[in-house]
Amino acid sequence: MMPLAAAAASQTSTGEAVQFWILGTVAVLGALGTVLMKKSIHSALSLAGTMIILAVFYLAQGAYFLGVVQIVVYTGAIMMLFLFVVMLVGITAADSLKETLKGQRIMAAVCGFGFGILLIAGIANASLDTFAGTGAANAADGGNVQGLAHLLFTKYVWAFEITGALLITAAVGAMVLTHRERTEERRTQRELSETRVREGRQVTPLPAPGTYARHNAVDIPALLPDGTISELSVSSTLRERGQVRDVSGDAMRRLAELEQSSDRWLGRDEPRPAVGSAGRAENNDRAEEGAK
Amino acid sequence: METLIGLLVAAPLLGAGVLLTGGKRLDRVGHWIGTLLALLSFVFGAVLFTNMLGKDADARTLNSHLFTWVPVDGFQADVGFQLDQLSMTFVLLITGVGTLIHIYSIGYMAHDERRRRFFGYLNLFLAAMLLLVVADNYFLLYAGWEGVGLASYLLIGFWQHKPSAATAAKKAFIVNRVGDIGLSVAIMLMFTTFGSFAFNQVLPQAQQASTTQHATITGIGFMLLLAACGKSAQVPLQSWLGDAMEGPTPVSALIHAATMVTAGVYLITRSGAIFNAAPDAQTAVVTVGAVTLLFGAIVGCAKDDIKKALAGSTMSQIGYMIMAAGLGPIGYVFAIMHLVTHGFFKAGLFLGAGSVMHGMNDEVDMRRYGGLRKYMPVTFVTFGLGYLAIIGFPGLSGFFSKDKIIEAAFAKGGTEGWILGGAALLGAAITAFYMTRVMLMTFFGEKRWQPDAEGHEPHPHESPSSMTIPMIILAFGSVFAGAFFSINDRFLKWLEPVTGHSEGDSPVSAGTVTGATMVCLVVGVGIAWLIYGRRPVPAVAPRGSLATRAARRDLYQDDFNHVVLVRGGEHLTRSLVYLDHSLVDGVVNGTAASVGGLSGRLRKLQNGYVRSYAVSMLGGTAVLVAATLLMRAV
Amino acid sequence: MNPANYLYLSALLFTIGAAGVLIRRNAIVVFMCVELMLNACNLAFVTFSRLHGNLDGQVIAFFTMVVAAAEVVVGLAIIVSIFRSRHSASVDDANLMKL
Repeated sequence: MMPLAAAAASQTSTGEAVQFWILGTVAVLGALGTVLMKKSIHSALSLAGTMIILAVFYLAQGAYFLGVVQIVVYTGAIMMLFLFVVMLVGITAADSLKETLKGQRIMAAVCGFGFGILLIAGIANASLDTFAGTGAANAADGGNVQGLAHLLFTKYVWAFEITGALLITAAVGAMVLTHRERTEERRTQRELSETRVREGRQVTPLPAPGTYARHNAVDIPALLPDGTISELSVSSTLRERGQVRDVSGDAMRRLAELEQSSDRWLGRDEPRPAVGSAGRAENNDRAEEGAK
Repeated sequence: METLIGLLVAAPLLGAGVLLTGGKRLDRVGHWIGTLLALLSFVFGAVLFTNMLGKDADARTLNSHLFTWVPVDGFQADVGFQLDQLSMTFVLLITGVGTLIHIYSIGYMAHDERRRRFFGYLNLFLAAMLLLVVADNYFLLYAGWEGVGLASYLLIGFWQHKPSAATAAKKAFIVNRVGDIGLSVAIMLMFTTFGSFAFNQVLPQAQQASTTQHATITGIGFMLLLAACGKSAQVPLQSWLGDAMEGPTPVSALIHAATMVTAGVYLITRSGAIFNAAPDAQTAVVTVGAVTLLFGAIVGCAKDDIKKALAGSTMSQIGYMIMAAGLGPIGYVFAIMHLVTHGFFKAGLFLGAGSVMHGMNDEVDMRRYGGLRKYMPVTFVTFGLGYLAIIGFPGLSGFFSKDKIIEAAFAKGGTEGWILGGAALLGAAITAFYMTRVMLMTFFGEKRWQPDAEGHEPHPHESPSSMTIPMIILAFGSVFAGAFFSINDRFLKWLEPVTGHSEGDSPVSAGTVTGATMVCLVVGVGIAWLIYGRRPVPAVAPRGSLATRAARRDLYQDDFNHVVLVRGGEHLTRSLVYLDHSLVDGVVNGTAASVGGLSGRLRKLQNGYVRSYAVSMLGGTAVLVAATLLMRAV
Repeated sequence: MNPANYLYLSALLFTIGAAGVLIRRNAIVVFMCVELMLNACNLAFVTFSRLHGNLDGQVIAFFTMVVAAAEVVVGLAIIVSIFRSRHSASVDDANLMKL
């Protein structure tokens, strides 16, 4: 242990105190958000916020290198990795926060509170009235980065080397874990079509979305000749999520309008019953906009 | 020359290996291989013997160290051989009589489809026994000792399809185990006391330490006696010998004459230095010997089964030897001499009995023999010579060797000498009685033949020459061996450098002893002739007196064992089982049940949900933090 | 203001993160909460560095970041492969680790 510097202080500057209390509150809120948000993507964003605040705290405490690394590596790389996996696993899968294990929540509360209280009591018990500050340590080697580098490549060089081995192992491990060996031969197009004919399901290619419609977006299903939509024409993911935009009413409405206008032109008076069900007219406003 | 000792053991061992692993393709030649290898072993023995004769009496011991068997720090067991005059005597007896029995078995087992296996076991028996007598340390001797036990088990139970044979084999094995415990304890005691097993280390040290470690050496002596009792069928471990007659007759001959039962005598003679240093153990040895010689003789009187009668006689004769060996330097030489002559005549008697059975459809009951001397002349003559030898007819080998033992018993001196000498004389009278009984019931009198279970009338006939030739050779031994050994005290001079000898001071002269023996002999023969020779022998055994019935039941030895050991053991195990069920199982099951219940509850914690585990982790961390803070606060 | 307040903030953030790990079922959110805990530790390290007037705390925080990066890579890869096989990102669904 280095002896505490002679210029030991007992208080930080007021500016830092103000910053601590404001950002500290936000950090705790972010942490609670991480734990309590139902959607994992919200949790991830809350965590990113907390991490950025921690970076600020590092900077404020003279750990300039770590502050930058926190932003670049943690917030930049690791949290992005989390987001990737969240997207991969399913963004919409909202968690129920209802507890299923008996007694788990009570035990968690008891242990968590007990542990937190113990930690805080332990810290309160320690004599932390004065502190040395990082200024002198930073200045000794001509800067924070130089100081860290000095330690890393002298005192901690062995740990540093080991860490390199750990990273390599982790990279290889991740590849091994996620790599899947194809156990059977890939089926050719001919085989696939033969299977389709043999099983008698959907011999033709699936209908493309947007057919018989004025839209060609992927979330708009194709229309069958009778004017109803073809479920097969949209991706199953969109179907699952209920994000299919049904525009079949639109075409029917347009047909009715055409007939109405021709009736007016021909001078027929008796009105015809409207074509198309009300149930399908979810996007009527859009259709009207299109009509205009 | 030293290499030959190893080859001596290796030849029959090789035979056993080849015959037992060779499979059916050796069925046609197996018995020749076995016999040739036994003969080869005998030739090696003879070469070694002539070589030994060419040397000075004190420099005749050959030593051969093969390899170190168990080299552990402070514990070294070597495989090494020591061939001195004592071992040499045994080697010649074992290989010589063993080879004759092999030749005899070729004829005797001709119709047995497992003959190859039989010869493999015989070879194994020879190899183990040879290893036992040429080992230069107790550890290797123990290996041979156990090998003998194994081979005897295999051979007694050779006709394993007969439940009685299987039981007899088990009985022999188990009773022998009791003796083996004695030997192993003795070896352990030797190692802790003297730090070695080698004869040339232990025996001289035992002599020196007789005053300082008297109790230990006495203990070793008693343990060795227990071992000898097991192998040599001495009271109280004698019960297996009679049942061992369930084996094929050549096996009985081999066990009784050449191999197994002589091992105990060898062990005691070899360990003479230990017994000399432990007079109490020596007294126990003579007591066992004297009791057994009477016990065996009495049992032999009542048996109608020719082989069992001979088994009782073996027990009795081995009792003579053990008693002689227990007399110390006065008796060692005569024990071994009697052992050798006994080897000849007992093998001859057993082979003769086998020959009789061979001709009588495997009938063993002497009450169904009678008058066979006309039908089996060779068997009759050889058996008769063996008979004369065993009862100590003057001039035959038993006369010389048994007479010496009786003299030595009197030479022990004091009351002890009188008691032992009296027992030996009484034994001689009873021996004359029961052997005459066997002789008369088998070869004289009228025919009492009866058809066997399948209704075949017996057609007594002389056995093939492969069986009679060994019998003739053994008969020669029975007749001349004793005289050959005794002239100029040849045997005494031969063996003295190894066992030592002292004359003792007999209160009666040698002539008196011989005269008394003759009187006993005549009395025994006369009584037998009065009962079995003058009157016809009933074909069904009469009820007999209380003593006869007791003797028929082997003086209740099996009943005693059953009541004391088997029942006692059963009660002990039953109470132990009860204890085990109630106490041990209760504790074990209770522990298991409580652990099971606890784990049933604990496993609920393992619900597989990561978040539950995380709570436990956080809780644990909180406890650790609290502990740290508390420690700091304190 | 005493810089020890940063430590209190750090303890608070850590506890919130820990509670999040225990409460949330979505593996990605659980993972974010772990990151929050790591960040809270880093804040404590940087503050300790300031209190002691040396840079060792910052070096440790730097190492924490590197390890966290490696952890994120492997952890997210695991989440993606679990999602592929089980079509769920809930940590409660992966409860095979029981009797």
